[in-house]
Amino acid sequence: MNDQLNYFSARVTAGKMSRREFMGRAAALGVSAAVASTMFGQAVQAAEPRKGGTLKMGLVGGESTNSLDPAVAASQVPYHNLNQFGETIVNVNEFGEIDFRLAESAEASADAKTWSFKIRSGVEFHNGKPLTAMDVMRTLERHSNEDAKSGALGIMRGITGMKVDGDNVILELDTGNADLPFLLADYHLMIQPDGGFDAPAAGIGTGPYMLVSDEPGVRTMWKRNLNYWDSSRGHVEEVEILTINDSTARMSALQSGQVHLVNRVDPKIAELLNRAPGLSVKNASGPGHYVFIMHCDTAPFDNNDLRLALKYAINREEMVEKILRGYGTVGNDFPINAAYPLFDNTIEQRKYDPAKAAEHYKKSGHDGSPIILRVSDVAFPGAVDAAQLFQQSANAAGIPLELKREPGDGYWSEVWNVQPFCASYWGGRPVQDQMYSTAYLSSADWNDTRFKDADFDALLLQARAELDQTKRKALYTQMAMKLRDEGGLICPMFNDYVEGVSDQVEGWVSDPTGELMGGIASHRVWLAS
Amino acid sequence: MHPILKLVSQRVALGLLLLVSSSAMIFGLTEALPGDAAQAVLGQSATPEALENLRREMGLDRPALVRYVEWLGGIVQGDLGTSITNRLDIATSISSRLSNTLFLAFWAAVVSVPLAILLGLLAVRYQNRWPDKAISGVTLATISIPEFLIGYVLVYFIAVQMGWFSPLALINDTMSLGEKLHSIALPVAVLTMVVLAHMMRMTRAAILNVMQSAYIETAELKGLSSFDVIRKHAFPNAIAPIVTVVMLNLAYLVVGVVVVEVVFVYPGMGQFLVDAVVKRDVPVVLACGVIFAAIYISLNLVADIVSILANPRLRHPK
Repeated sequence: MNDQLNYFSARVTAGKMSRREFMGRAAALGVSAAVASTMFGQAVQAAEPRKGGTLKMGLVGGESTNSLDPAVAASQVPYHNLNQFGETIVNVNEFGEIDFRLAESAEASADAKTWSFKIRSGVEFHNGKPLTAMDVMRTLERHSNEDAKSGALGIMRGITGMKVDGDNVILELDTGNADLPFLLADYHLMIQPDGGFDAPAAGIGTGPYMLVSDEPGVRTMWKRNLNYWDSSRGHVEEVEILTINDSTARMSALQSGQVHLVNRVDPKIAELLNRAPGLSVKNASGPGHYVFIMHCDTAPFDNNDLRLALKYAINREEMVEKILRGYGTVGNDFPINAAYPLFDNTIEQRKYDPAKAAEHYKKSGHDGSPIILRVSDVAFPGAVDAAQLFQQSANAAGIPLELKREPGDGYWSEVWNVQPFCASYWGGRPVQDQMYSTAYLSSADWNDTRFKDADFDALLLQARAELDQTKRKALYTQMAMKLRDEGGLICPMFNDYVEGVSDQVEGWVSDPTGELMGGIASHRVWLAS
Repeated sequence: MHPILKLVSQRVALGLLLLVSSSAMIFGLTEALPGDAAQAVLGQSATPEALENLRREMGLDRPALVRYVEWLGGIVQGDLGTSITNRLDIATSISSRLSNTLFLAFWAAVVSVPLAILLGLLAVRYQNRWPDKAISGVTLATISIPEFLIGYVLVYFIAVQMGWFSPLALINDTMSLGEKLHSIALPVAVLTMVVLAHMMRMTRAAILNVMQSAYIETAELKGLSSFDVIRKHAFPNAIAPIVTVVMLNLAYLVVGVVVVEVVFVYPGMGQFLVDAVVKRDVPVVLACGVIFAAIYISLNLVADIVSILANPRLRHPK
């Protein structure tokens, strides 16, 4: 058994085996999960990182209008650029646990309303200034300010008071929130000197790489921060981020060795790409999901039987197989999967059932007029094909589902959150509370299913302040069941992050918290000679 | 006033008028698109209040006509304005993109124009024999294949399989001229293939037209070699239509390269314009549109003037 485990460890060290695979094999050999997890960690770290070289990343999702201001970052290239120079006070690691970064520790009061974060000492910004608790508080202040139009504003709204006490930042919340550290790991909340009030887009932080040059939408160069506080991270000398929005160009750049890492490999070509020499395709199952959303307050979708009919009329396995080519998992009509802490995997999986769909459809008393599903290619990759599959399976159950193709231009302003039934996607959030508060709370701005249920709201607030994990998990299960059986969300699939990685890159781990190892691939990988 | 001067000033005035009307058209069309810059910036995360704040900040709450007139006033004073999405000065951000596009267009022209004219001359010299047919066949084939396909084929065989050139034509200021040329070799090749046929066929047709004239017969009877007849006697008289088609193709090399820029991820104007359209950044779209229109109109103007000067009948209108 030991020989086999050693062999698997060696595979992990060489970057050829994922955590999931390793845990599976280890479990088969009778090793407990906790032991296997430790072994995996040791195996990953066993290979001594090599210093130096230029790590090149070819990424989709950059425009000439991008800025380095963390508040306004929304697409992938800004996300990765922020992660080069900036750091948050805590980070969610690949196991869904909190890693302390610029904070050394955190403490909560019993009602989870008051939180204290102790800020690490001896950390320096790129401009030579030492990091203080004041900088952290000012950063949070800037993101709370409506004028900054920060992507993290929704997170900051729950914070009613902040103060600095020596090395500590103390935050007061309006309602107890056991998940606060997870929320503060949001990538917008990169700590900047004096909160970035004077120069929000200067690209100065405490991270492992410092800005050399930035041409928005083309190329950004970073060089190693010699004063970086964590010697276990930041191995390469330079990081080059290239914006390559064209998928074919991105894949050729990887194949010809011009870049080491690419994001968003189209599942349709993943198998083909994987066969090319010198690289491999890696996937990580994240919280992102593709959805069809119905407005629960608009006819005919205000009838729960009709909603259930449509939920039973979709073939989830087929979609994962044909749209995601297996790079994903089936959804269960609530927005949570195993990528979230406290996920309940015992909730029964809803399956395609034309008989049940027909029964609910009949019970709904719908007049037989066509049910219009609006869709566009921008809703998610393969959205139109997925909608056609949905149409076929629904028609087979006798539901008159019809598709209306909408132009991609203006889809997010004219169709999504406006029309009663359309295709869309969610990127997911680090914790269940945040996902539910963003889109399923009655008062949420982006309640794109118009699901308004007082009991659900009460459960959400109750779970938020509950520090007992067992009780909390039970509350989340109740919420999931409610949304699954009464909500306006049809969630056929969770999409994996699919990425291309050159064989030159070592130290790769599968991280479901974001694309390219949760955005910090450049902190952790190194280049083979 | 000298008739040529008068003619030229008329053309220039007409060009300016065209420029203003094209800017009005671009403005109107971007206004007509669904959604505005505020919605495009906020995207899926737009809330009504955030939208309203952003609109006020971007100045989008004022009527379209007022914004257009203000912008036109700025242009007259040489001010292209500031982008409403990233608040950078447009002139600064466009200048590097424009010089990249002109750099690519320049080298594509340096390769394609002499090549096209030479091939045209050869085609006339060997009219209806195999070199003529081969030249026509190959150039017509390359113009008929969509340019992105040629691009991908070149990328696959030459960049990915052989590894001679890079699949991305990325250039930056730190590169030497030699490195830059190596980097843009593939897009130059694609652009050359796309514009070659048009110029070659036009050269061939124009010269063949002249070849029917009596003075060509005289030149042949004088005993000049057939290539010398074409080069010394036929070509100068066929220059006007050739210049026209060359100018049209030069204009295409500057303004029509969006697809090639996307395929090779070249940081030029095309990519910049596409980004601005997606973000509904009207000032940037207008600035790009006006620059493109100005290039197109001025190259056509040059073609007009050259053909006037080359043709005595147009030079001395009755």
